[in-house]
Amino acid sequence: MKCRVCREPAVIDIRRHNANFCIDHFLRLCRDQVAKAIDKHDMLGPDDRVLVAVSGGKDSLALWDILIELGYEVDGLYLGLGIGDYSESSEGYARRFAEERGLRLEVVDLPDDYGFNVPDGARAARRVPCSACGMSKRHLFDDAARRGGYDAVATGHNLDDEAAVLFGNVLRWQDDYLGRQRPVLPAGAGFPKKVKPLVRLGEREMAAYCVLREIDYVVEECPMALGNKHLGYKEALNTIEEQSPGAKEAFYSGFLSRAVDRFAPTAEQLADGSSATIGVCTQCGAPAGGEVCAFCRLLERAGGSHPDRTSRSDYEDGRVAVTLSPTRLPMADGGPLTEEVP
Amino acid sequence: MQVELRNPTRTVEFDGPMAVTALLARLSLNRESVLVIRDGTLVPGDAMLADSDQVEIRSVISGGTDGQCRSSGSTP
Repeated sequence: MKCRVCREPAVIDIRRHNANFCIDHFLRLCRDQVAKAIDKHDMLGPDDRVLVAVSGGKDSLALWDILIELGYEVDGLYLGLGIGDYSESSEGYARRFAEERGLRLEVVDLPDDYGFNVPDGARAARRVPCSACGMSKRHLFDDAARRGGYDAVATGHNLDDEAAVLFGNVLRWQDDYLGRQRPVLPAGAGFPKKVKPLVRLGEREMAAYCVLREIDYVVEECPMALGNKHLGYKEALNTIEEQSPGAKEAFYSGFLSRAVDRFAPTAEQLADGSSATIGVCTQCGAPAGGEVCAFCRLLERAGGSHPDRTSRSDYEDGRVAVTLSPTRLPMADGGPLTEEVP
Repeated sequence: MQVELRNPTRTVEFDGPMAVTALLARLSLNRESVLVIRDGTLVPGDAMLADSDQVEIRSVISGGTDGQCRSSGSTP
């Protein structure tokens, strides 16, 4: 196989593009696709400060690398979930990536800083682990973005992630979830802007990017996620993709261009409150549907508590790995707030 | 050739030469779900693998939904 661009030997074939690429042109393709997603969906301005949610996996580390390559000012936030060896290993990959490149990584650890881990928290709250995990992450990423004054939180959701979520939500016609499945969620009412710059790149491409850039990442799957429905949806879509290259991209991009707006809350829903306008959590100051936000309810059920200290450790060279206690920030204007994503 | 697979980690042996696509077919693996790495370097589908090659087949499927749907999962 030859590279479509330069005719040198190819290292990867991408069937949905009906093309093969050498190392240099594949890496350029990845950067170009991220730049295109950012531009098309108006994700980031050139001077925006970005906080990338880092898991130690291929997508978030590749995203961090590409955003730096594109010239953005990007720091990382790693959230330790207390999932045994998996969490220890994941944190190691995130720390090494940051240290080798002189990047700033903030580390928040659920067991050390909040007194509970995801498996125990999920049991106490009677949630599935992935639900407790996702809710905790969103809360703490939002909190870190507010504390750090970041313009946006970037996550490593790729085309396969988005297509699989869309598949699951369409199977059960989850109107409310479909209405907010967008590559950008604008800032507002106490929530930072959320962006997904990898939506034009597939999961296989992100793994290949890491191999070719010599980015070490945690290859093992989270033990809590094994066997979940989402992985089944991905397998189903890949079976379709194998027979019909480009199907996943057509499914997702067609949804964005032709369908997502049909699921947006109507003016009547906004007016009558069914879109869940809310206030401020009395425990932590975050946006909340009731007096106490979902994370603080989970924290209480799991027997944890908010950290009361302000700093854990600092590196001498200016990079910092810190844990900060949540700051009680006033919410925007005290006006109606948007419900925290479940 | 020795072929290392993950999740769970195991090693299987095949006789070479064999094309990457043929190896994946023998293992009933979807090309969309894996990368094939020979001696630390990616190889495309038409590459021929020799008897002496050390090959890793790495799954690229991971993660969850981050609560974007009812069957929520984890951050990528």
